Amino acid sequence: MTPIDGDSAALLPAPFREWFSARGWTPRSHQLELLRRTGEGRSALLIAPTGAGKTLAGFLPSLTDLAGRLKPKPGEPRRGVHTLYISPLKALAVDIQRNLTQPVDEMGLDIRMETRTGDTPAHKRQRQKHVPPDILLTTPEQLALLIASADAERFFAGLKYVVLDELHSLVTSKRGHLLSLGLARLRRLAPGLVGIGLSATVAEPDALRRWLVDQTQTAAMADIVTVAGGAKPEITILETEERVPWSGHSARYAIPAVYEAIRRHKTTLLFVNTRSQAELLFRELWHINEDNLPIALHHGSLDVAQRRRVEKAMETNSLRAIVATSTLDLGIDWGDVDLVVHVGAPKGASRLAQRIGRSNHRMDEPSRAILVPANRFEVMECRAALEANYLGAQDTPPLGDGALDVLAQHVLGRACAGPFDEAEFFDEVRSAAAYSGLDAATFSRVVEFVATGGYALKTYERYARIRRMKDGRWRISHPRIAQQYRLNVGTIVEAPMLNVRLTRQRGGAMRGGMVLGKVEEYFLETLAPGDTFMFSGRTLRFEGIRENECFVTSAAGQDAMVPSYAGGKFPLSTYLAGEVRAMLGDPERWRALPEQVADWLRIQKEKSVLPRRQDLLVETFPRASRHYMVAYPFEGRLAHQTLGMLLTRRLERAGARPLGFVATDYSLAIWGLEDMGGMIRRGVLSLAQLFDEDMLGDDLEAWLADSWLLKRTFRNCAVISGLVEKRHPGQEKTGRQVTVSADLIYDVLRAHEPDHILLQATWRDAATGLLDIARLGEMLSRTRGRIMHKDLERISPLAVPAMLEIGREPVPGGASESLLGEAADSLIEEAMGGA
Amino acid sequence: MTIVEGMGGVLPAVEIAVAGEGAVCDPSGALYLPADRLLVVSDLHLEKGSSYARRGSMLPPYDTAATLKRLAAVIDRHRPAAVVSLGDSFHDAGGAGRMPEAFRERLLALMAGRQWYWISGNHDPLPPEGLPGHWVEELAVGSLIFRHEPSQGEAEGEIAGHLHPGARIVRRGRSVRRACFASDGARLVMPAFGSLTGTLNVLDRAFAGLFRREALTAYMLGAERVYPITGAMLRPA
Repeated sequence: MTPIDGDSAALLPAPFREWFSARGWTPRSHQLELLRRTGEGRSALLIAPTGAGKTLAGFLPSLTDLAGRLKPKPGEPRRGVHTLYISPLKALAVDIQRNLTQPVDEMGLDIRMETRTGDTPAHKRQRQKHVPPDILLTTPEQLALLIASADAERFFAGLKYVVLDELHSLVTSKRGHLLSLGLARLRRLAPGLVGIGLSATVAEPDALRRWLVDQTQTAAMADIVTVAGGAKPEITILETEERVPWSGHSARYAIPAVYEAIRRHKTTLLFVNTRSQAELLFRELWHINEDNLPIALHHGSLDVAQRRRVEKAMETNSLRAIVATSTLDLGIDWGDVDLVVHVGAPKGASRLAQRIGRSNHRMDEPSRAILVPANRFEVMECRAALEANYLGAQDTPPLGDGALDVLAQHVLGRACAGPFDEAEFFDEVRSAAAYSGLDAATFSRVVEFVATGGYALKTYERYARIRRMKDGRWRISHPRIAQQYRLNVGTIVEAPMLNVRLTRQRGGAMRGGMVLGKVEEYFLETLAPGDTFMFSGRTLRFEGIRENECFVTSAAGQDAMVPSYAGGKFPLSTYLAGEVRAMLGDPERWRALPEQVADWLRIQKEKSVLPRRQDLLVETFPRASRHYMVAYPFEGRLAHQTLGMLLTRRLERAGARPLGFVATDYSLAIWGLEDMGGMIRRGVLSLAQLFDEDMLGDDLEAWLADSWLLKRTFRNCAVISGLVEKRHPGQEKTGRQVTVSADLIYDVLRAHEPDHILLQATWRDAATGLLDIARLGEMLSRTRGRIMHKDLERISPLAVPAMLEIGREPVPGGASESLLGEAADSLIEEAMGGA
Repeated sequence: MTIVEGMGGVLPAVEIAVAGEGAVCDPSGALYLPADRLLVVSDLHLEKGSSYARRGSMLPPYDTAATLKRLAAVIDRHRPAAVVSLGDSFHDAGGAGRMPEAFRERLLALMAGRQWYWISGNHDPLPPEGLPGHWVEELAVGSLIFRHEPSQGEAEGEIAGHLHPGARIVRRGRSVRRACFASDGARLVMPAFGSLTGTLNVLDRAFAGLFRREALTAYMLGAERVYPITGAMLRPA
């Protein structure tokens, strides 16, 4: 430990120096560096791994400033909020308050701290408005509400610091867009405001630095303070005598080895990518849990009370292992985790680093992690992620442009706070990093949308929500509009979910029973009474749906028939995909792979070919009475699914009579009745044309018209932009009814005003979201002129994983009309006695 | 199944019987009674968009135009002597008064030269402002009785609307949901014809007691034909 030098002595007031030394601590250099820079009035980004004392560093500028503050003079108007802390999680705000209270109390500082979240009772929120605390800890949604209130100006006039925690996780989502606009507003309300961003390591720190400051000056950036990583984590890939499966995501083969690892450690955190994987892993572990180790399950669909119980048990170190999805990704402290096991490939190098960071919260000791690939491609992906970790490579997603539906919400919020001038407000919006590229015409269309829906047919002028007054400024037309706004604020639109209730009676009256949690409606839609599935660590039998609840009975001891529901699946990151392709094309690197996987690649090389890093391999072969085409773009499941939809349309036109396709993270398999390999040989079918980028034009347009993917995206945009109202507990409008009406609106809008701004917003969202068109486009342009075709007599080793997925999931596409036809025809068949 | 030939082309429609009366389920969601040259549509919910806009939700203002266009097409196809609008013709009591002039003229043109019956509904308890036609609570034609809300218990020959029936089937892991005519041969509940109207599953409690369960068939509306699906194949919600 180095003694405090003169500089820092000047920076830190006496009570702080005494507090540090009383505990035998020395302020860390990054804490002082941040203090120095913000002290000069500059905003700063602190990038640090977990356990580096990030929170205290983020609050030191504000705490020291508050400590030096003079007592208010008699008659002085009440002070507003001094520091605003914003976190992505309610629980994190509460946790931070607890952690800060200790040093503040020990130093005897007169600082009032309060949290404000969706759970804060109305009377307390009211009081906070009148008597603001010095430090307010809150969420992006609450900030939006605060700046939309008529007294926002007074409330924030004295604001000096805003601390943004876990910034890396916020900025890439619509919540981040809303926060970015809120921050721009705060800078206007409190000139001189200092922003402090706290973030894990990211691929492009400069993007975050811009995000923190006013972008009126192009590419202005906040200062940056970086804390070097502590000890390198010890990561290993699970080695086992067992055969690594060709496909699938269960990693069943590794369960005994994972159990052994749990036994050898104090507390193990097991991460998986989907809820169904979590359920499966949890059940399999308990199957062999001969020592009755306390192993728990934690994921977002479980009942809140159940999750809280698990979290409590974690805090008191009374669990040996916990199986979790991304719900545990963010920074709450979880006691003494000494091992992280990642089951299934991590899909992204940065995600892996952040998850490993959940173990061993002391910077100077290495974290321990074991990666458990679920299939052979995942072995390569785990290897790539491991190497990336040692290289310090990052693949957090780029920030992207701010969404227009979020902007619409913000415009209405701005009007609720008071009248605004369009040009001035436009400048403010463009000062937010996410919206710095916005043009005036689009902004005007968004304002029009907020006013009257922005339709070409101008029939709603008299119902306008905001109106332009004589002085040219916009204001809300009725106080009711502000009430509506307050009920609909936020960017998180929950998929319609149903409660899962466990009853005793099979097929009997559906009522009563314990609530196990919530499941997405679209999953339940595919179930028939009697089907079994896994949830909350049990095998359940689906009995039926009544009102907004799904009733199930216990099916203990049975195997679940319906394998999965893939809540929260991440696509493979571009970086890892590139690394896996590089590994595939370079036999030198196979030495790092387990023998059975290296063998698999050697045989592939013999029987077919291995593509080089920049190439796209396409294989064709017959099997049974079908002909197959398998492509290996490695661009993730979403992009492959879109590609599959488009290729089958093109193959249909080319006369290849395709029947279906299946997409994995790594490859795409299409099957049909015609010999596609032969068609290519004869020159009837051109792969260059088939994979031409122009598929992203008309074909995409035609397919999308009726795609549920776009409808789901539209529904979110409609809710966020305020076109349809959000549902609220106890209201008659359930989420399911919103789905219906948003779909209807979508159809009407598409038919009558296809250029409407909300359809444009939907399209932009889908391109980067569920359809991943951006990534597909990059792949198509990268592989132009680099498509290798291999016409084979039989299936290749590399094709096996995708081929094994065939039949596991329903074939997407296919008109729903034909299903109706089948259902109606089966009736005729029944009548004719199957003749 | 039968082929109905009309001026609008050849459309496969489904012929059914309600209380012994022959009727044709049109894929548009209208019901045609050839014996009486009577066309029935239900729950048009005209001016629903503007009704929401008044309260601050700016739904697209194209619903009235879209509904009238489809109504014009089905009228053109069957050339009925009389039309029954089975209640909730307008989304609210002021709807007819709010309707833009161009739409009013379009509607008047459809009404010209034929009998027109407005049946009162819960959304439109008063006659539509400034529009001709007969305003009635119920209408009896032969052994059939037309009213907006289905009555409780058995009601042989009742044709009603109000509930916006829809049905859902699951095949090969995929779920298909459509608006439908729901009938057990004794009574029939019409699908909503309006272009911004949602559906309520026929297995919902709201339909309890209306049909003999074993005889229930949902005539689901496809893009170009109607699909009769027996009760046993239907799924809730």
